[in-house]
Amino acid sequence: MREATYNEQVTDGTMNIKETNPISHAVSEPHPHVHRDDIGSKLGMWLFLFTEILLFGGLFILYMAYRFQYSEAFHIAARDLNVNIGTLNTIILLTSSLTMALSIAAIQKGKRILSMTLIASTIAFAAAFMVNKYFEWGAKFAHGIYPGSSHLLEKEKGEIIFFGLYYSMTGLHGIHVMVGIILLSIMFVSVWRGKTNPDKFIILENSGLYWHLVDLIWIFLFPLFYLIH
Amino acid sequence: MTHQAHDNSYVSYLDYKGKHSGIWAWLLSTDHKRIGLMYLTGIMLFFVAGMSLGFVMKTEMLSRGETLVDAQTYNALFTLHGVIMIFLVIIPGIPAAFGNFFLPIQIGAKDVSFPRLNLFSFWLYMAGGVVALSSLFLQGGPIDTGWTFYVPYSLRTNTNVSLALLAAFLLGFSSILTGLNFITTVHRLRAPGMGFFRMPLFIWALYSTAWIQVIATPVIGITIVLVIVERLFSIGIFDPALGGDPILFQHLFWIYSHPAVYIMILPAMGVVSEIIPTFAKRTIFGYKAIAFSSLAIAFIGYFVWAHHMFTSGMSDLARIIFSLFTFLVAIPSGVKVFNWVATLYKGSIEPRVPFLFVMMFIFLFSIGGLTGLVLGNLATNIHTHGTYFVVAHFHYVMFGGTVIILFGALHYWFPKMFGRMYNEKVATVSVILIFIGFNGLYFTMFILGYMGMPRRYWDYLPEYQLLHTISAIGAYILIAGILLMLHNLWKALRKGPKAVQNPWGGVTLEWTVPSPPPLENFDEIPIITHGPYEFPEAKGVK
Ligand code: HEM
Repeated sequence: MREATYNEQVTDGTMNIKETNPISHAVSEPHPHVHRDDIGSKLGMWLFLFTEILLFGGLFILYMAYRFQYSEAFHIAARDLNVNIGTLNTIILLTSSLTMALSIAAIQKGKRILSMTLIASTIAFAAAFMVNKYFEWGAKFAHGIYPGSSHLLEKEKGEIIFFGLYYSMTGLHGIHVMVGIILLSIMFVSVWRGKTNPDKFIILENSGLYWHLVDLIWIFLFPLFYLIH
Repeated sequence: MTHQAHDNSYVSYLDYKGKHSGIWAWLLSTDHKRIGLMYLTGIMLFFVAGMSLGFVMKTEMLSRGETLVDAQTYNALFTLHGVIMIFLVIIPGIPAAFGNFFLPIQIGAKDVSFPRLNLFSFWLYMAGGVVALSSLFLQGGPIDTGWTFYVPYSLRTNTNVSLALLAAFLLGFSSILTGLNFITTVHRLRAPGMGFFRMPLFIWALYSTAWIQVIATPVIGITIVLVIVERLFSIGIFDPALGGDPILFQHLFWIYSHPAVYIMILPAMGVVSEIIPTFAKRTIFGYKAIAFSSLAIAFIGYFVWAHHMFTSGMSDLARIIFSLFTFLVAIPSGVKVFNWVATLYKGSIEPRVPFLFVMMFIFLFSIGGLTGLVLGNLATNIHTHGTYFVVAHFHYVMFGGTVIILFGALHYWFPKMFGRMYNEKVATVSVILIFIGFNGLYFTMFILGYMGMPRRYWDYLPEYQLLHTISAIGAYILIAGILLMLHNLWKALRKGPKAVQNPWGGVTLEWTVPSPPPLENFDEIPIITHGPYEFPEAKGVK
């Protein structure tokens, strides 16, 4: 049953025969053996995500240390952040994680178009997140709150640090969202061309894992910056 | 290529013609052996560059006052020397060069799990090297912060700190990807029958190292990024003028950089565990103890970072705890040394060149390790901190440990990698020169440091003159020895006699394939039925 759906979908000719035929692969590539190991790929991806957590972990440690040192100033500075935008962005990212997971389920069931639609909506949510972020940062800049600004430098040291951390942590997270947008666009094309299909969807799964991590990090950033007063 | 003349029954990885030709056949190759060889080339070139800087520094220190360079140049020299030797030579060193080459072969696989990622790591390494070197010539001038990039000075100096940091970031990324690749490969691609406890100990060492690479490197990654961002936008996180805390930088820096010394030393210990059984013709003593001590080092190595900061300002309780852990981490290293020595007991030892390097390693590394205890002890640390004692200590462990074994590994696997043999007599002479020169150069530094000579100074008081002169002469002998060694290997590469498949009588899998190995290592994936070091000779005795 599954096979049939899959075959129907790849008959549009975009499927690259060479990719799936190990023998023809052998003549042209310096690597004759074609080796596929989905569990291996997933293991590699988990390890990579682990390094991402540690990358942000360094920042979270700094946050903790400075929150301890300047709890008063952090308290005051956090009031300048807009909880509404933050909440909206949280909802957006959580929903995008859902659509991401559903797109994988869809491709497993052989529903190519549905999967593509879901990937596209994930990308749209990600873009919406960035647009919100743009307005949020823009408003801060307009109020003269940005690293090195004379307005910020007049404030207390703890507040300078708070915003330093705010910009670096949400900034790094924003970069990850943008990388996610690029990655998911590639996935979109890959599903479209049939390279990612019901028999071979490990890259889509791995991209999904990445996207959930981006979501997860935001789940921690949101309370730390917006909610704790 | 010079390797045309092999018997025609197979095509070696050196002669293999793929899609690309010329230099691209190498730069675009995903073959783990070619990648390993490219790393090796890069590492040796950078080593020679770093050594030349060391040569200039020692010549400057030959007499008092300005001998060759001025003070600012000296600052740049030791910084670059440190950056090159640490980030471009010994961190990639053994894992990237020999690990890439032999990890798949020793576990009976055709390649690593992610060959293209592997090539990408290599490019990152080259990019890092190029950026590091370009920071020398671009406007702003070579950095002068010392290889540790301590804030706040690294925020204030006008030299090219950001570029050097970017280089370190790229190199770190490369290291993470290599680690990730190795862990996956060890888990997924072992030949049938090769359980974890049938893996050669070199693989255990690489596996533990890979974990450290994956776990520790991201922390330095973010630290480096923050310093760059701080320099560009003054966010204040590490800048005391804006409320930041420079000590936090030191903590984050050493959370990576201390485990990083185990990234440097564990693979070397793995190589030692390979060479010793081969030349003693005996199975290794305490296989499991050595395997687990690698993991133990990887684990305890996380909890000792603050011993670099005993004088930076910390609570006494923290200092005592870190001092305690520092002593604890010496135990697994000790376990290894005793097991190696026990392996030699009643073995039939053949002191060929690789084995001589191992002997030199055990001697030098023991001195390095024991003086580490002096530094790990709170009271004596106050006296020796920031002196030449530290310089001598880390050269004994890093150079006497890792780099000597890098040379040893080169001599052990040279016939396998290139299918040619070097002149063993010349190699032995170079070993002796290196040994004499090394101790002349660095042992004097222990005494100098104990007498109070501070590190990173370009000038000194008259009472240090004699020892500085001896040290410089030692450096010249050492460098002569290294050049002789390289010359010997280079000659062998060009026109050395053909090497046989198994010149040393080793029993791990790499000795079962031809020299140099064919593109896919094995015609048929081997099936493993016994442990890695079972010598037929030894069985006969029983
Ligand atoms: C080849 C011969 C070598 C010579 C002649 C040499 C010499 C020196 C000298 C004179 C210093 C500066 C001491 C001071 O004034 O504080 C130094 C620093 C250093 N060396 Fe070497 N060295 C050599 C090899 C190595 C190797 C193989 C490594 C590491 C694998 C290494 C790592 C370092 C490091 C990390 C520093 C500290 C730099 C800093 O203070 O920021 N060196 N070396």
